[in-house]
Amino acid sequence: MRNTMRIALPLGIGLLLAVPAMAAIDTTRLPVKDVDFSFEGPFGTYDRGALQRGFQVYKEVCSACHSLDHIAFRNLADDGGPGFTEAQAKAIAAGYKVPADPNDQGEIFDDKGVRLTRAATLADYFPPPFPNEQAARANNSGALPPDLSMVVKAREGGPHYVYSILTGFHGTPPAGFTVTPNKYYNPYFEGWNISMPPPLSDDSVTFSDGTKATIAQEAHDVATFLAWASDPKMEERKRMGFSVIIFLLVLSGILFAAYRKVWKDAH
Amino acid sequence: MSGQSTYNPKSGFEKWIDQRLPLPRLMHDTMQTFPTPRNLNIWYTFGGILTFCLVVQIVTGVVLAMHYVANAGMAFDSVERIMRDVNYGWLMRFIHSNGASMFFLAVYIHMFRGLYYGSYKAPRELIWILGVLIYLLMMATAFFGYVLPWGQMSFWGATVITNLFSAIPLVGTHIATWLWGDFAVGDATLNRFFSLHYLLPFIIAGVVGLHIWALHVPGNNNPLGIDVKSPQDTVPFHPYYTVKDAFYLCLFVIVFAVVVFYAPNFFGNPDNYIQANPLVTPTDIVPEWYLLPYYAMLRSIPNKLFGVIVMGGAIVTLFLIPWLDTSRVRSCRFRPLMKQFFWAFAVVCVILGYCGAQSVDAARFGIPLVWVARLGTIFYYAFFWLIMPIIGLVETPKKLPASIAQSVLGDSAAAAAE
Repeated sequence: MRNTMRIALPLGIGLLLAVPAMAAIDTTRLPVKDVDFSFEGPFGTYDRGALQRGFQVYKEVCSACHSLDHIAFRNLADDGGPGFTEAQAKAIAAGYKVPADPNDQGEIFDDKGVRLTRAATLADYFPPPFPNEQAARANNSGALPPDLSMVVKAREGGPHYVYSILTGFHGTPPAGFTVTPNKYYNPYFEGWNISMPPPLSDDSVTFSDGTKATIAQEAHDVATFLAWASDPKMEERKRMGFSVIIFLLVLSGILFAAYRKVWKDAH
Repeated sequence: MSGQSTYNPKSGFEKWIDQRLPLPRLMHDTMQTFPTPRNLNIWYTFGGILTFCLVVQIVTGVVLAMHYVANAGMAFDSVERIMRDVNYGWLMRFIHSNGASMFFLAVYIHMFRGLYYGSYKAPRELIWILGVLIYLLMMATAFFGYVLPWGQMSFWGATVITNLFSAIPLVGTHIATWLWGDFAVGDATLNRFFSLHYLLPFIIAGVVGLHIWALHVPGNNNPLGIDVKSPQDTVPFHPYYTVKDAFYLCLFVIVFAVVVFYAPNFFGNPDNYIQANPLVTPTDIVPEWYLLPYYAMLRSIPNKLFGVIVMGGAIVTLFLIPWLDTSRVRSCRFRPLMKQFFWAFAVVCVILGYCGAQSVDAARFGIPLVWVARLGTIFYYAFFWLIMPIIGLVETPKKLPASIAQSVLGDSAAAAAE
């Protein structure tokens, strides 16, 4: 009864307003695109090249609106990460400004009232693009760009979801679907209306390793980078898991032999 | 503990200890010479596996508590810090979070084992009741633990479950406020849940002690469900069952390790990697898999208070099983009719779990799942309150074997052994 009401009521209103097409479109997000990633499977590892290119895409494109709160510059040189050297990570950090500690006079603002800053070090975390949520919303038509350091593990579909969203723009909305003002059509996003404008275009970055920067390539690389940001211990985990399981299999074999020997005469 | 102690202190030191605190005697009698039916199968190894699970949860939990911050503003980040910056923190956390699922997997096998072989029947009623109490404490502990990472599911799960108490007439909202320590789930709630999450496992450990103590009075039931009649029916616990338990425990740990190292987020919900936000409700609030059958029952009933009563009653019913089963025969091996209903019940539990995982208005093959859940709930109650008492009276059990030894070793060997 309640279910029938739930369907009948909006349908009735829809008919009354004479926009029957509105009710006909199911805007559940499409299944994610099943692209391959190097880190899938029990022995998969992150492709270092993809991580470094993905970092470049994050730095030059995504970071304009999206923070990366849980990643410190030192992580860029961690084992199982993008494989930058410590010197490279230091150089990357030095390119960022972070709020400075109080100076000798105990001031944190200069004469003009501007916040004093210093160059970031390895110990610092990636600074967010906006000082607070309100500022982020004010700059993005009221929408809040989510932090990206955990986005891959916080979405059903993981890296495939990120890839599908990034490559899911540019389609023509089906007849009967109206894109909300200030939003963009993306059928891989729940409700199909996404606040993020299409962030990638061909050659929006120039990769130093000569890889051609197509939208698909950029999306695939940044999805890899964000997968690492979500799960930086994945390679260590899989490596340890392999040793642990080999050990347990050998132990099971020994225990099974002992079990058979002990029980030989008991049944 | 049952029968005469066979402990014989050899050295002077052992004698000295034995007269003051006979702990070595206790260990000797319960873990070494304890006479155990010789026909226990793989499903009887889960008691040992569960003890292992409890120890793993307590050890990893104590380590995690050293790094976790029980504060609504910091809890989420502190868990992420454990995963990234604490040495082997990711390992501790994945063992602990998946350990809960493995614990419940083992406890469900253990409970269905008890149900199938009639292990709750006289003289083992108290073992069963203590077991259900442990199960109840486990659910509470798991619920409190799931709140601690302070993700979206943590927060909204806590909101849904604590709100159930507000269904109680007259005093409901006051009880909910009292539980929260606030007018909504918040920092005060998180802190008390952390405290209780640390406390309850030790209470579980205590009840486990009673559960094992109660087990060592009548001794193990067995797949035949018949009593031990002579020494030929049993073998000493060590080495027979220590080695058997160790082998199957090792296989269990392999499954555990595969989950921890290769699918650590398999049992989790992606939404719980989004920090708790009281202003944004997730589209579907889903509890952990082990609570889904009860969740399905709760949701299948339109009236909130009645839903809570039905869900609570489903657990209370478990305490009464020893008296709801009227059969004189324990094991389903010799109960052709009950065996079929047992499997039907197991399937219904899985179906209820499936319904609990879907959104409220979902349908499969044109059938609204809420109705499937309603039928499942009715069957759950009918199984215990109608089928169990009636079948025990009308069923003709198969002929029971004369003894465990005869069944295992055959007539001649059993005779020769005597």
